[in-house]
Amino acid sequence: MTTPPNAPPPRNIDLKPATPVVATAATAAPVADVQDIAIRAQGLDSWYGSVQALKGISLEIPKCRVTALIGPSGCGKSTFLRWINRMNDPIPGARASGTLTLHGDDLLSRSLDVVELRRRVGMVFQKPNPFTKSIYDNVAFGPRLHRSFRRADLDELVENSLRAAALWDEVKDRLKSSALGLSGGQQQRLCIARAIAVGPEVLLMDEPCSALDPKSTASIEQLIRELETSYTIVIVTHNMQQAARVSDRTAFFFEGTLVECGSTDRIFTNPANKQTEDYVSGRFG
Amino acid sequence: MHSLGSRAQSTTRTRTPGEIVAAATPTSQVGRRVVDRAFLGVCIVFTALAVSLLVVLLVSIWQDGHARLSWQFLSAFASRKTEEAGVRAPLWGSIWVCVICAVAALPIGVGTAIYLEEFSKRSRFRSFIQLNIANLAGVPSIVYGILGLTAFARAFGAANSEDPIAFGQPESFFYLQLPFGHGVLAGGLTLMLVVLPIVIVSSQEALRTVPGSLRTASLALGATQWQTTWNITLPASIPMIMTGGILAMSRAIGEAAPILVLGVPLFIRSTPINLMSDFTVLPLQIYNWSMRQQSGFHELAAAGIIVLLAVLLTLNALAVIIRHRLQRANG
Repeated sequence: MTTPPNAPPPRNIDLKPATPVVATAATAAPVADVQDIAIRAQGLDSWYGSVQALKGISLEIPKCRVTALIGPSGCGKSTFLRWINRMNDPIPGARASGTLTLHGDDLLSRSLDVVELRRRVGMVFQKPNPFTKSIYDNVAFGPRLHRSFRRADLDELVENSLRAAALWDEVKDRLKSSALGLSGGQQQRLCIARAIAVGPEVLLMDEPCSALDPKSTASIEQLIRELETSYTIVIVTHNMQQAARVSDRTAFFFEGTLVECGSTDRIFTNPANKQTEDYVSGRFG
Repeated sequence: MHSLGSRAQSTTRTRTPGEIVAAATPTSQVGRRVVDRAFLGVCIVFTALAVSLLVVLLVSIWQDGHARLSWQFLSAFASRKTEEAGVRAPLWGSIWVCVICAVAALPIGVGTAIYLEEFSKRSRFRSFIQLNIANLAGVPSIVYGILGLTAFARAFGAANSEDPIAFGQPESFFYLQLPFGHGVLAGGLTLMLVVLPIVIVSSQEALRTVPGSLRTASLALGATQWQTTWNITLPASIPMIMTGGILAMSRAIGEAAPILVLGVPLFIRSTPINLMSDFTVLPLQIYNWSMRQQSGFHELAAAGIIVLLAVLLTLNALAVIIRHRLQRANG
């Protein structure tokens, strides 16, 4: 298991932390060699029935960095996200072609064990969706699916996951009470703790703050920054400021195509593409 | 730039929504209230009619039957002498077939609902099954009685019903025979046929009330479909499934026609000892008594109805209690 940051240093979330920013060129430069690529898409097409949702997406997502996917509604960013853990599978008529790999493993293969994939790739949803169980059982749910634990180990895992999600201090005295009694922001952090508890490599976040108030949003954003050291994070957001605040790299999707991808600094200050510039400056979308 | 296009431009000026509303003819405020009141009145009258019919029924049954109610009535077998007759055999018969019906119908019904709601893909085959289950819920119970007679009591004529193949001693609890004949097992399974569509449909409705976001959350954690169903969907829907199941049992316990078709004995002075034992049920006993000429038997029938109603009310109350308990437990 990863060691969670027990006492994270307070960080001003409005400032970009000093993470090494690569790809300073104005072109959609590939990620520099010094970073490992976690997820790689090449010519990824996707359809829902006869509607093409993704058109030839080629995108590299670096390991242990936050990558933001932005774009107007219906641009395909969530579809892309959901192919990474194959949550599109249950949708009737959903299919994809091209290449999508996680550390070299083909994610679109028919023989892929999606259960094992989803253990490696956690997901946090738009609306907090805790189970109608206790806080403890919410976090322990995932681990129990995959392995059997000794009681003490499970306790430790639950505590560490809750600490990593910056929720432990608020809930340590009521682990046995219902998760539905938590506030929206706490519920969303619980969902993050629940995702972390199975020991994933990647965390997918589909607009994780859109149902939350500004204060809860700030706490989640800070948390995302803290989790970055241990997890590859891909976040879909409608909130441009949020993308600017939390991500190292930003990919702009429009009508199923990837318009531009690069370091967040460059996308927001010096975009190569006119559409990107219009979108990030709020002129459309 | 007028988004309303030519219509807006043809008039001199675009009217605001407020101006359009103000210019329209007002409807009669008084008329609206009168209709509102009248509708309420009609609803009250119909409700009162339904309730008073029920009250008249209950009062007349109570007047006829309450004098017969006693411990002796519950513990005595049927008799030609009205003052000695009781409902011991049909009461125990009803309990036996109801338990057998529940044990058979709940797993099959809930399992079918889980398959249809959680596992099957949306296909023509699924729609076909769904349509048929909905239709089966409307089939008269006497038709199921005939099916039960053919399938369970006579095993489709595969063996001689007059000379069944026996396993064990007839006095033993574990005695079995093929075909089943008209014992409690055949009765319970026949009632299972009657209530199965109800159990399936109500379980499906229960499963549908579980938010999809919980299933998605579970699947995204790497749970299999079965782990999601067992750990998330079923616990969240069990109060509604239990409620539906108990209501189905109260339907089963009130059925007379399918049991009648099985050919159970009209007069019986024993309680079941094993799955093959002869039996009768409360609705049948009530029917038999009410067909007799002497008024004493009519009183017995009324008393039998009171017992049956008490059993039904108990079951329905149980359903309500379970639903409240589990809903609170689920937070």
